[in-house]
Amino acid sequence: MISACDSCLRRAHLIARLAPRIAGVLQRPPPPGASLFALSDERLIAAVLGGADVALLAWLESFDPAAARDRVRRAQAWAVCAHDAAYPAGLGQLADPPAVLFGVGRLECLEQLRSTPAVTLVGTRRPSPYGSEMARSLGRTLGLAGIVVVSGLALGIDGDAHRGCVEAGGLPVAVLAGGPDIPYPRRHRWLYRQVLSRGAVLSELPPRQRAFRWSFPARNRIMAGLAAMTVVVEAAEPSGSLITADFARDLGRNVGAVPGRVTNRMAAGSNRLLQDGAAVLSGPEDVLDQIYGVGTRPRQEPRLPEDDELRAVLAAVEEVTDPAAIAGRAGLDAAEARSALGRLEAEGWIARDALGGYERKVL
Amino acid sequence: MLASVATFAIEGVGSREVTVEVDVRRGLPTFTLVGLPDRAVREARERVRAALLNSRLDFPQQRLTVNLAPAHVHKAGPGFDLAIAVGLLGATGQVPEEPLGSCAVYGELSLSGELRPGRGALAVALGAREAGYSRLAVAPDDAGEAALVPEVEVVAVESLEGIARLLRGERAPQRASPRPPRVRSAAARLDLADVRGQEDAKRALEIAAAGGHNMLMVGPPGAGKTMLARRLPGILPPPSFEEALEITRIGGVAGLGDGGLVSERPFRAPHHTISPQGLIGGGMTPRPGEVTLAHRGVLFLDELAEFSRPALDALRQPLEEGRVEVTRGQRTIVFPARAMVVAATNPCPCGRAADACSCDAVLLGRYARRLSGPLLDRIDLVCRLGPVAPVELVREGQDEGSSRRVRGRVLAARERQRRRLPGSAALCNGDMDGRLTRRTVRLGRRLRSRLASLADPNLLSGRGHDRVLRVARTIADLDERDAVAERDLDEALAYRLGGVAAAA
Repeated sequence: MISACDSCLRRAHLIARLAPRIAGVLQRPPPPGASLFALSDERLIAAVLGGADVALLAWLESFDPAAARDRVRRAQAWAVCAHDAAYPAGLGQLADPPAVLFGVGRLECLEQLRSTPAVTLVGTRRPSPYGSEMARSLGRTLGLAGIVVVSGLALGIDGDAHRGCVEAGGLPVAVLAGGPDIPYPRRHRWLYRQVLSRGAVLSELPPRQRAFRWSFPARNRIMAGLAAMTVVVEAAEPSGSLITADFARDLGRNVGAVPGRVTNRMAAGSNRLLQDGAAVLSGPEDVLDQIYGVGTRPRQEPRLPEDDELRAVLAAVEEVTDPAAIAGRAGLDAAEARSALGRLEAEGWIARDALGGYERKVL
Repeated sequence: MLASVATFAIEGVGSREVTVEVDVRRGLPTFTLVGLPDRAVREARERVRAALLNSRLDFPQQRLTVNLAPAHVHKAGPGFDLAIAVGLLGATGQVPEEPLGSCAVYGELSLSGELRPGRGALAVALGAREAGYSRLAVAPDDAGEAALVPEVEVVAVESLEGIARLLRGERAPQRASPRPPRVRSAAARLDLADVRGQEDAKRALEIAAAGGHNMLMVGPPGAGKTMLARRLPGILPPPSFEEALEITRIGGVAGLGDGGLVSERPFRAPHHTISPQGLIGGGMTPRPGEVTLAHRGVLFLDELAEFSRPALDALRQPLEEGRVEVTRGQRTIVFPARAMVVAATNPCPCGRAADACSCDAVLLGRYARRLSGPLLDRIDLVCRLGPVAPVELVREGQDEGSSRRVRGRVLAARERQRRRLPGSAALCNGDMDGRLTRRTVRLGRRLRSRLASLADPNLLSGRGHDRVLRVARTIADLDERDAVAERDLDEALAYRLGGVAAAA
């Protein structure tokens, strides 16, 4: 479906054409993108190029919407514009909504985005095992609850959130900084394909367009705009995730964060958000409470193993990761602790990272 | 006149019989050596000529042809000197021929006619036993090592003249006695009590020692990984006589050791820059690699992630089959390689603790992938070492967990295994192959279904399944129980790093 109108398509392609020069205008990485993208076409050109550019104006005059639609179609993508009924309502509230939303994957996602609330999950590219597990379990539970999970396909938290959502058979939506047909980062090509088959990949840049440095924060405003709530799992300070949270707050949406360890640099930003009044999220239920209101969904008592020793070891795993330290906390000797750990892992309570440290699984 | 003398060529870590045939006949004085000799063998002509003349023996001015049979095998090294010289003596009638039928000789000659020791005297003696020779003449320095084989009468001869007199019967053969074993080295006396804390790793070390399992230690620098590994030989049982013979033979061929029977298991710690050939053996004339030198002992791979991928991949076959096959030309040489692998690694490239780590995600991923894969699947026990708490460091020395006690438990466990595995090639649980494992480690129905119902099916590969059974068996052995209990299985599972690493 390519329902975007001519002028919006022209606008989107103009931005794509100006893309390499925009970075020079926006000096700093967190740009006040709002003001620039809210300008009219001519004033945008003037702002980016520092004056009227005859060649570009001529190109603007002779822009061929049919050819542009053809290119979108060839990339097996679709495009909706702000004048379209399918355009996500949440985006319209942005000061500078993207003129056109290009996408690949399942078109029904747009319908879903209009009818049910969405949650944006973001965080650092270098999460702790705990952050990773939290992001994945949030993605999983929200996916199970039928909530659209929006993220950026980046390494780390973003990828974990998508993964959890895909595992639960939910509706994942990835917003990219480049064209929607280019998997980025390349290491997540496999995840890109999974998101594509179950949900959608969106971008404000047309297909075949590569990502620029400025387009990452610009993409963040779309993620914030799409969702009813933005959740930061683990984020350093400063970071792109905090930019997303700022956008969400400016839009008056819910902002929540998962508490991290205060000694973890990679959780400094998300903990700061909590100090500034973001909702404290201790699990997926808290996200549902924020969206639907407290008490509208039954709260489950946390499940625990029956054996006392196993419970003690499980409690220790929640605090430390090293088997030796776990044994110390649980008051067991090395052999007993290992035995309990093996049991807990076999039953799915805990998981191990690549190098033998333990982490409590949620859900 | 024609004479033939038996000697031995070192091949791999064994020896192959070589018959030296000497033909002396009238003609222009020449000295021809055939049978694929290398440079050192060809130079034997000069050494033999000088040695004979300097021993006041006769060097025939005739046409001399020496053939080293079998002719298609490459011959290397100076070990054929003595056989060629004795052959010349026989062919010229300077010594009677008939004692040469039951006596093999081995050694290098100096120009003065003295015998120099060669490499691998024990391998030669074992070859002589196999080939049915009742007597073996070697240099005095080699005699102690060769005499470890009781079935062969080893005679030490100090010079060419001495062997001539011996063969003529002018001197009674003096049987050499085996060299006494070395006293326990300092390395074997290192005590586990020196390592503070790290109970988890010590437990893993004990299980590994008791069952001959492979293990990996993950921990920050300074946590005691290397210290623990170096204390492993001290808690291993001493090698049996047959094992000690194997170890001594390999050491002799490689030029290690002093010729006495080795009474300790070897501990090899190659540097991480080692080549695949250095690790598993190879070269033009195949020489044993580190994994063979560690046979029946410990191969310690410190900084596992720094080893080259080809080197680690080369370790896969030896780890699985306990031997290395090196093919040269049409021949395949088999090196024994039944070593326990103990590896150590930092948790990440920067080596700091998890909270202080400053490594990049891409780097971390690459690091984990490097460690993961097929090699990790062959590791039975993975343990984590944390930074040592200062309170542990200042505590007064305590005896708990000292090497002597651990060794006692390990010995008892090994004894149980030996009684359970009579007549098989396996000496401990770690040696058992898949079939033997399944036959030996019987699980009750409840435990079987426990293994089958793992929450994450990726946790265990087929190979991992067998390995978990073996470790569980060893844990039960340490606890002196005949049946494998549920907690043994749980503990074995917890020490195994299964699909987790592969997924990372």
